[in-house]
Amino acid sequence: MTSPALAVSSPVSAPKPAGFKSLMTKYRVPLSILALCLLPWLLPSKALAVNVLINGVVAVGYNLLFGYTGLLSFGHAAFVGTGAYITGIAIGQFGVPWYLAVLMGVLGGGLLAFVMGALSTRTRGIYFSMVTLALAQLVYYVALQTPSWTGGENGLRGFTVNKINLFGFDINFLDPVNKYYVLMVFAALALWLVSRILNSPFGAAIEAIRENERRARTCGYNVERTKLLSFTLSGTICALGGTMSALHLAFVPLDSLHYLSSGMIVMMTLLGGASSFFGPFIGALVFLVMEDVFSLWTSHWQIIVGTIFVLFVLFLPKGIWGTFLTKVMR
Amino acid sequence: MDTELILMQLFSGVALGAILVITALGLSIIFGMLGVVNFAHGALFMVGAYAGLWVASLTGSFWWGLLVAPIMIGMFGMLIEYFLIRPLYGRSIDDPLLLTFGLSYILVEGVRIVFGSDGIPFPTPTLLTGVVDLGVGFFPIYRIFVVGVVFLVVVLLWLGLEKTKFGLIVRAGARDPTMMKVLGVDISKVWLLVFGLGVGLASLGGVLSGPMRSVNPEMGALVLAEAFVVTVIGGLGSLVGSIIAGLLVGVVISMTALFAPEMATIVMFALMAIVLLIRPQGLFGKLA
Repeated sequence: MTSPALAVSSPVSAPKPAGFKSLMTKYRVPLSILALCLLPWLLPSKALAVNVLINGVVAVGYNLLFGYTGLLSFGHAAFVGTGAYITGIAIGQFGVPWYLAVLMGVLGGGLLAFVMGALSTRTRGIYFSMVTLALAQLVYYVALQTPSWTGGENGLRGFTVNKINLFGFDINFLDPVNKYYVLMVFAALALWLVSRILNSPFGAAIEAIRENERRARTCGYNVERTKLLSFTLSGTICALGGTMSALHLAFVPLDSLHYLSSGMIVMMTLLGGASSFFGPFIGALVFLVMEDVFSLWTSHWQIIVGTIFVLFVLFLPKGIWGTFLTKVMR
Repeated sequence: MDTELILMQLFSGVALGAILVITALGLSIIFGMLGVVNFAHGALFMVGAYAGLWVASLTGSFWWGLLVAPIMIGMFGMLIEYFLIRPLYGRSIDDPLLLTFGLSYILVEGVRIVFGSDGIPFPTPTLLTGVVDLGVGFFPIYRIFVVGVVFLVVVLLWLGLEKTKFGLIVRAGARDPTMMKVLGVDISKVWLLVFGLGVGLASLGGVLSGPMRSVNPEMGALVLAEAFVVTVIGGLGSLVGSIIAGLLVGVVISMTALFAPEMATIVMFALMAIVLLIRPQGLFGKLA
């Protein structure tokens, strides 16, 4: 985990070079919101845009842990899925209003992240990935074995949200454009939150741990607690993505909890570029557009996506946005 | 609940555990030597099962499948190490993990293209069908055979590692690869062989498990999670740990299946969580 050479070459609080990069960093939240406003009109379908929005939030939340704290979790589908399931169950079985259901989903997913984080951050290095994967599979099998709550193998249905009441206005939630812009408010909130976290002293602390855990410990940071907090925050934002997908699909597939879904989040993040603010969102966009295009050609689109991912790990480990920043914009 | 049923279930747990042992051993050997966690291990287990089925149907004999498939897939594993994992040495320890995860996608989809998405039954060889009366109850012959094969492989592996010159180099290389290079050993050849060996063990596990269940492209996903649980409980890189934890997990799963079937898959993860709370480095692991 600790690589002294790496730590020397990239000090954590280096003065940012002026120009394109610093402008992008300074205005990253308004810029992303602008891009998100335009997104549905640039993509072939509104459904795809909603998908990009949801997976973008998940990837950005995930990247707080993977890209900025340097912890490779293979269990984040558990938080996405739990957020979605709690929202669905709250609406479908208890008739809770949608905004409360969203809040419950986010808090529930965050609580699970806290528990899983408390267990998994006790381990070091490569163990962490294996333990997060195994703990997430535990959540998967619990959902599989409690069909009266979760619908088991068939997934959770029966909680369609038709309209959303906002400030006295009834918004038709079945209209894809309305749906996109309502969900975009959540996405904007998540992006602002992540940006705020990264600008805080805590944001510097997690990057210090990523660069050199031993040095961060020597400097007096409580590494375990910082990791756990990062894990919990990251899981909470992923849970928000999950509740968004529940509202969007009115369905929670059991597979949303499987570790292959976690792997999908990892792939999106790496494809776009971990440890950059825009990277994960761009990764989600590229991944889903690829899926959209390739699945028209062949039902075996996963082999193409898998190959592209392997090539990225081998030759472009910084992802699309990271490579663009280092190669083109230096 | 009579003792005969409990004994039979206990034995079927040992047979299940034997498969876990051989799969987790492959994972652990690769990690101990190369420092790589092979996320494609489950997919290679599955590819091994298909290769065994393919060779068996080609030659008309299960035995050829059992013998040839692990060697074939082991050599395929060497190609993976040479072309895909070797360029990643010296980079972040996460990179080989990410790469093998992507590879598992390719392997699963590749098998779907060649053999179809549906499960295929893997016939038990006629010699090994039926049950045998051991005095305390009737036990399926095939499961006894699986336990026997795994026992044999573990003994061979132990002899190979402890009593041969190659084993000495492997053990020394796991301790200090730089020193081995200084002493004039071409360590990259050892890495190649060890990766092939680990993958071969996974695919042997796949072939052996074939007749106990049907073969399908998704079977590797659960196996990977199980192998992780076993290596986390036993301690990554510890061979003794893999063996004991594998048998433990197998027995715990099948005993739970007897008393509370819906808890069977959940209980091993709970076991792992407990071990993590008490001994984060695993039962036989050393602190990093």
